[in-house]
Amino acid sequence: MATNVAVANSQRNRVGALIGGLARSRELTLAGVIVVLSAIVAVFAPNFLTTDNLGPVTTLAAIIAIAAVGETLVILTKNIDLSVESTIGVVAFTVGLLLKEHALPVQAAWLCGIGLGLALGMCNGIIVAVFKVPSIVATLGTISIFRGLCFVVANGKEINLNDLPDGYTNPASQSLFGIPLFVILAVAVVAVMAVVLRYSILGRLFYAVGSNAEAAATIGVHSRSTIFLAFALSGMMAGIAGVLWGINYGAIYANSASGQSLAVIAGVVVGGVSISGGSGTVIGAALGALFLGLINNALILLGAPQEWLQLIYGAVILFAVSTDALIQVRTQRAKARSRIR
Amino acid sequence: MTQDPRAVSQPSDAASVPTTPAPVPAGRRPGSPLLGAGSILRLIARWEVLLVLILAAIVWWGSQISPFFIQPDFWNSANFGASISGTMEVAIMALAMTPIIITGDIDLSVESMVGLSGAVLGVLWAAGIPLQLGIPIVLVVGMLGGLFNGLLVTRWGLPALVVTLGTLALYRGLANAVLGTSYVTNFPPEFTAFGFGYVPGTQVPWTLLAFLILAVVFTAVIHLTWIGRQVFSIGKNKDASRYSGVRVATLRTALFAVSGMVAAFAGIVLALRYNSVRSDNGTGLTLTVVMIAVLGGVDINGGKGTIPGVILAVFTLAALQSALRLAGVSSEYQNVAIGLLLIVSVIAPQLARQSRALVDRLHIGRPRQAQGPAPGEAVR
Repeated sequence: MATNVAVANSQRNRVGALIGGLARSRELTLAGVIVVLSAIVAVFAPNFLTTDNLGPVTTLAAIIAIAAVGETLVILTKNIDLSVESTIGVVAFTVGLLLKEHALPVQAAWLCGIGLGLALGMCNGIIVAVFKVPSIVATLGTISIFRGLCFVVANGKEINLNDLPDGYTNPASQSLFGIPLFVILAVAVVAVMAVVLRYSILGRLFYAVGSNAEAAATIGVHSRSTIFLAFALSGMMAGIAGVLWGINYGAIYANSASGQSLAVIAGVVVGGVSISGGSGTVIGAALGALFLGLINNALILLGAPQEWLQLIYGAVILFAVSTDALIQVRTQRAKARSRIR
Repeated sequence: MTQDPRAVSQPSDAASVPTTPAPVPAGRRPGSPLLGAGSILRLIARWEVLLVLILAAIVWWGSQISPFFIQPDFWNSANFGASISGTMEVAIMALAMTPIIITGDIDLSVESMVGLSGAVLGVLWAAGIPLQLGIPIVLVVGMLGGLFNGLLVTRWGLPALVVTLGTLALYRGLANAVLGTSYVTNFPPEFTAFGFGYVPGTQVPWTLLAFLILAVVFTAVIHLTWIGRQVFSIGKNKDASRYSGVRVATLRTALFAVSGMVAAFAGIVLALRYNSVRSDNGTGLTLTVVMIAVLGGVDINGGKGTIPGVILAVFTLAALQSALRLAGVSSEYQNVAIGLLLIVSVIAPQLARQSRALVDRLHIGRPRQAQGPAPGEAVR
């Protein structure tokens, strides 16, 4: 009988471990929540699952997700990049201006935009990694500096659809096999970064620096260049997001994308990336961005008053991070208990 | 490969930072005269002194732009008056933010609490509740909001950055829900006078007086009482503080509650100064609040900082803003200057600290303590 109990126990443990593992996998939980949420919303708002509705929503979420991938790299190294919104704005505006006033070929303007994003990210990286300014302070400063740069470049002007080449905004509404083009691009970016982070030495450096800087230094990881790289890549991703932002909206102002840092960081945090560094995945971050975008859309479709949107947005962020913390506490307790046994 | 790998990522100045434990008293060696050359140099290398020099430089620059800047008339004129009262809300919030940053936390939600408190005040006033009753209610709302932040941070062990990022959206959302897109105006004149009026018979704005009173209170509590000592000790080492009997969680929660209440007070001041409340009151102020604290020499990693430094930073910022305005710099470019100042203000104290360490090192004939890299010296 004792063996039976033991077998039953071990089976239960295995099943428990499986369920626990699934529950702890933030990506799967989040994907599940997104599916369930979509199903529920679709029942009450039949037009939720139409391409006309989901196309623009997922396109915007894709832009945020690409910025969130870069932000994830920074947060993995135990830093934070608050300046992504300004980078997105500056890049979007500069690309528009290059097309309007200098009549650059479209692809060249895009490359310039991405390059500018990279350069701004490198500025952040230098301030944080070389001058050792805490990242929250550095990027709090560069929010206004980059945005001010945008105002200098703009000089009171704005970019309209008429200033841009014909059909410039078309890619935002195009789709391949029914999937919006931007979503495919975002999936590609996320997939590449996920593989790099999971399987390449370079990718593991970000985790090493974020989880234990001293240990990383002891095994020969140059943490400051890793942090520099994270900020540079974050700037580049924000640059890509800025280019896409311009394509998506067509009309670009000097204060475009203001306040989007919150959306990006919220996506990353909801996606299960630990703000204290060293844990999380870009897939989670991208799903987090998608989840918040869908919530926003669902609330509008379900007729929630406009004034309540931000309230629910904040509540969702708090709920997501709180459950995360509670699950962590539970699993740690469970681990401690099993160790005692 | 004989090189210590740690030396690669922790260059020489990492070792020099911890060699100066506490500012002046510990630097004074037994037997050395009270005011030797070294201690004077060390005093000059203090951040607060540098801040005074920066302030003087800004005032000098302002007087170059316009001789008007240093004349007594100027300090009564609309320019400086606007700068001072425009800075007072953030200045008041910076006082409460300082101990939070010293304990190693941060409160990003203050700007939304400004909006929420204004919205609640407006709704109460519109509902016919007198301000004598409305203002205390709003202060309690602010305290509860701060308490909520504090409890999430201390009881559930969530990072303050994430919690207050969430409540940044949440409280703004509450303000939207309370007030919607409408606005409330026409507060009674005896109250709005507090927002932009002067103390009778003087040229001191009421808001400046309120700030100065709060500044004295905060200076006394943080630098003269056991509460302040505990705040610093939490910032240096939470575990050690807990083991030595500091009620870490309670104190951190209380600091958040104070910050919420002070932010609500700032929201009231803002509402009375504008004589109008909208749910987007105070948007973007958090940046300036954190900036003032950091400019005042508060270490964003916790453990270091002074209230007098923060007070100096307030006046430096106000002077800079009015000088820039005098120079005809538009507000977007002013933001660039402020952002630059923020970053420079972090790099500069490091240089000050290093130069102070250099002063220490120049004392010949005394064995220097061997120091390894600082434990737990992370980049953030």
